[in-house]
Amino acid sequence: MSLSFRNEKSSGLLTVARARFAAAMALLLGAGPASAGIRWNFQTPVTPIARQIYHLQDLMFGVCVVIFVIVFGVMFYSIFAHRKSKGHKPATFHQSTTIEVIWTVIPFLILVAVAVPATATLLKMENTSDSALTVRVTGYQWKWHYDYPAQGIGFFSDLSTPVAQIENQEPKNRHYLLQVDHPLVLPVGEKIRFQITAKDVIHSWWVPSFGVKTDAIPGFVNQSWAEIDVPGTYRGQCTELCGMGHAFMPVVVKAVSQADFKKWVAAQKALMVASAAGDNTTWTEADLLSHGKAVFAANCSACHQINGQGIAGTFPPLSAGKPFSAAPAMLQKLRHRGFLTAGGHVVMGPVKNHLRIVLHGIAGTPMPSFSGQLSNADIAAVVTYERNAFGNHTGDVIQPAQVAVLR
Amino acid sequence: MASAAANHEAHPAGLKRWLFTTNHKDIGTMYLLFSLLMFFVAGSFAMVIRAELFSPGMQIVQPYFFNELTTMHGLVMIFGAIMPGFVGFANWLIPMMIGAPDMALPRLNNWSFWILPFAFTLMLSSFFMPGGAPGTGWTMYAPLSIQAGIGMDFVIFSIHLLGISSVLGAINIIVTILNMRAPGMTLMKMPMFVWTWLITAFLLVAVMPVLAGTVTMVLMDRHFGTHFFDAAGGGDPVLYQHLFWFFGHPEVYIMILPAFGIISQIIPTFSRKPLFGYESMVYATASIAFLSFIVWGHHMFTVGMPAPAEMFFMYSTMLIAVPTGVKIFNWVATMWRGSLSFETPMLFAIGFLVMFTIGGLSGLMLAIVPADFQYHNTYFVVAHFHYVLFSGAAMAMMGGCYYWLPKWTGHMYNETLGKWHFWLTTIFFNVTFFPMHFLGLAGMPRRIPDYALQFTDLNRVASIGAFGLGLTQLLWVYVVYQTVKGGKKAASKVWDGAEGLEWTLTSPPPYHSFATAPVIE
Ligand code: HEC
Ligand code: HEM
Ligand SMILES: [Cu+2]
Ligand SMILES: [Cu+2]
Repeated sequence: MSLSFRNEKSSGLLTVARARFAAAMALLLGAGPASAGIRWNFQTPVTPIARQIYHLQDLMFGVCVVIFVIVFGVMFYSIFAHRKSKGHKPATFHQSTTIEVIWTVIPFLILVAVAVPATATLLKMENTSDSALTVRVTGYQWKWHYDYPAQGIGFFSDLSTPVAQIENQEPKNRHYLLQVDHPLVLPVGEKIRFQITAKDVIHSWWVPSFGVKTDAIPGFVNQSWAEIDVPGTYRGQCTELCGMGHAFMPVVVKAVSQADFKKWVAAQKALMVASAAGDNTTWTEADLLSHGKAVFAANCSACHQINGQGIAGTFPPLSAGKPFSAAPAMLQKLRHRGFLTAGGHVVMGPVKNHLRIVLHGIAGTPMPSFSGQLSNADIAAVVTYERNAFGNHTGDVIQPAQVAVLR
Repeated sequence: MASAAANHEAHPAGLKRWLFTTNHKDIGTMYLLFSLLMFFVAGSFAMVIRAELFSPGMQIVQPYFFNELTTMHGLVMIFGAIMPGFVGFANWLIPMMIGAPDMALPRLNNWSFWILPFAFTLMLSSFFMPGGAPGTGWTMYAPLSIQAGIGMDFVIFSIHLLGISSVLGAINIIVTILNMRAPGMTLMKMPMFVWTWLITAFLLVAVMPVLAGTVTMVLMDRHFGTHFFDAAGGGDPVLYQHLFWFFGHPEVYIMILPAFGIISQIIPTFSRKPLFGYESMVYATASIAFLSFIVWGHHMFTVGMPAPAEMFFMYSTMLIAVPTGVKIFNWVATMWRGSLSFETPMLFAIGFLVMFTIGGLSGLMLAIVPADFQYHNTYFVVAHFHYVLFSGAAMAMMGGCYYWLPKWTGHMYNETLGKWHFWLTTIFFNVTFFPMHFLGLAGMPRRIPDYALQFTDLNRVASIGAFGLGLTQLLWVYVVYQTVKGGKKAASKVWDGAEGLEWTLTSPPPYHSFATAPVIE
């Protein structure tokens, strides 16, 4: 469903003008690669707050247009009538206290008039009490994690647009860059409170149709809320620059009926039981490698790159013997861990060190801790993969139990 | 009013003249040329950005490099093009406008300028460091700026240098204006341009040290084990934003008040009528400067401030629109029943008036907190600040350039080409930036190298406009070059409606402006 980008019947002032302008633009441009059409206003609001914001924006736009037309109506009349080329002689007045008081007071009153509805909406937005459901949203470089504390469900939500589309090797699909592997699922018709934070740098969680945009800040938990009244899929993006992958961490929300939501919760719980079972079994090497490859692509490739070669200066390669240039302080730390010295670096060294780095991250660097994000099986798989891919033929096979003891 | 005796003309020639000069005109020229150079450097980054955004998908640069370009475009435009540009105008004009021979502290003046090339070499060299230039945006928010590579340290040091340069320049301007006015020139007789710069200089002295302190804290967090902005160490990432915007909002007025000054000189000249409401213009400027210290929170509505704080910043921000409105109304009233003519400087001034107002009105929309939740960090904000900074600050400088160029060089510029420059700039500017309002409303975040398909059409329009806008500026350089080389001789009073001491000097003026002070009645 693509409710969010469908052109709705726009309400408000300049509808006709907008439509004409749109038609003219469309003619001018021919049919662009996006047949979705140009949108001239906010996405269709589906919460009471988003609707109020939409009206505030229309009101403000109207006020601004009226002020603009009056002021520049006067100016353009003057340009037309008071030209030297027409022989107009200049007047000499240069002061009038009355008129200056008038044009200070009138704008002030207009502002007071718009401040009233704005304040009312603001106070409603800030009231997060009496919610029926709480969802925790955590920003990571560069994906979102969603937690339903009362239901005991949690999962990552990652961009699912294939790299080939981003690199222009495949045609782009309809929801290019606005699609994820696991959307956030929410029930309609009840007040949902979001508790928003981040693990590494500042992100911002935005769903335009809900009128919710809240910064996700490490060390802070911000709150906001939504009560969705139309089922559908709503799409937004991270709106605080958070590094290289900032454009690639969309927010996708699926709003479903309350009955469907209950079914979904039950299904998620069953899935979690199955995944916990994975931590207690012994995996074959082939399974570890294929699962590890997927885990690596989803969690590590943004920094270390899909081919494990890293990026000079910031992200070290995970490939034995690959040279790496970086700031002296960083090289120092890497050398300390055996990087580039005889015996290769972490991926070729003792398994325990390697596991510890992936579990606990490297403090003070962008290398995050994955202990909260990945299961023991995931970590066992990704480490097995790293130690046998990118030209690192260690032959090591790591089982979930080895990870469990290091937690 | 006596014109200057021309006995102080002797000065070294060649490179030495420029390196060691303490002359306000030479230093002014260097500032202006440097600012023009930086305008093109930062502009070329913008061209790459717009080329990348011409189509969805990654085209010509990598995402991280895109962020580096965004950061450097912003930093270089603000600190390299706009601020030094206005200092160039101040250097050239303030002594001539107040009847002084030169700036009060000429050696300091030389030093303020010569810091700049070093500072920008440092800043731009960060592109070649491991990890590249910072990819944090010009706002350099922590913790992202703590994560960045060594290029960040280069940028921090260059900001320290720029801060020193700006503060020294500002002190010089304050001292000059307060001490070197010709007899009879009371404060309330000063030209508006001098007034706006006096107030700007105070803003600079007040906030540049705040920025220097803030980036030093980032430096300490990066290298010396402090945790000012690191939540894991008990620090506060939001503190960074408060400190940055306490500098940042006055900074936007540092970039626009001198533009107000230039416009207040141009409009009366071509309306052949004195500036309407001079006194209220002075008070409006002063109250804008005061209010600019208490609105910083409007850049942070989404960080989770408590409702009372959001209300305070909303009301104070709306309030700042009132004196801004007064200025617009006064300019229109100055034109009203004048005897208008439309030479290039006047075209730029009218363009400024219309388009700056569009930026002011979108600013007003941004001040409405609930709506700002939707606009914040989208292309709507990009449109807003380009309407105030490009069609505001930059186009005011273009207008000022045409207005005083005959005075500075002694030659008239080519009026036809000047008008072409104005019209092409205005058209391409609007083609570039007007659609960005709609992109923002429809949901396109700012600072992204790739976007969803429904944003394609308007991005194409914006990119085409941007290429046209960039190319048009070469025409400007050509006109200036032509005028410096030669052309019709300019009279002392270049424009028949112009008022002020600078027009009593010859064109070009003598090396030292007023060797004996003129007396103002
Ligand atoms: C946000 C970026 C980022 C992500 C995502 C990331 N890493 Fe790292 N990783 C780094 C950085 C940066 C370093 C180097 C830290 C330093 O300066 O010492 C690093 C270092 C490492 C090292 C040590 C390299 C050596 O030889 O010293 C290993 C092993 C590693 N990462 C594995 C992983 C695995 C496995 C994943 C995915 C589960 C992953 N990383 C995800 C940024 C990242
Ligand atoms: C009527 C006067 C103005 C008002 C009410 C106003 C309001 C605002 C608001 C509320 C924002 C924050 C938007 C957001 O990020 O959500 C903003 C951003 C901005 N404004 Fe203004 N503004 C005004 C005039 C100006 C002027 C004169 C300038 C510069 C000459 C300016 C430059 C900027 C810049 C550069 C930003 C973006 C900063 C960034 O995030 O990088 N504004 N303005
Ligand atoms: Cu982001
Ligand atoms: Cu501001």
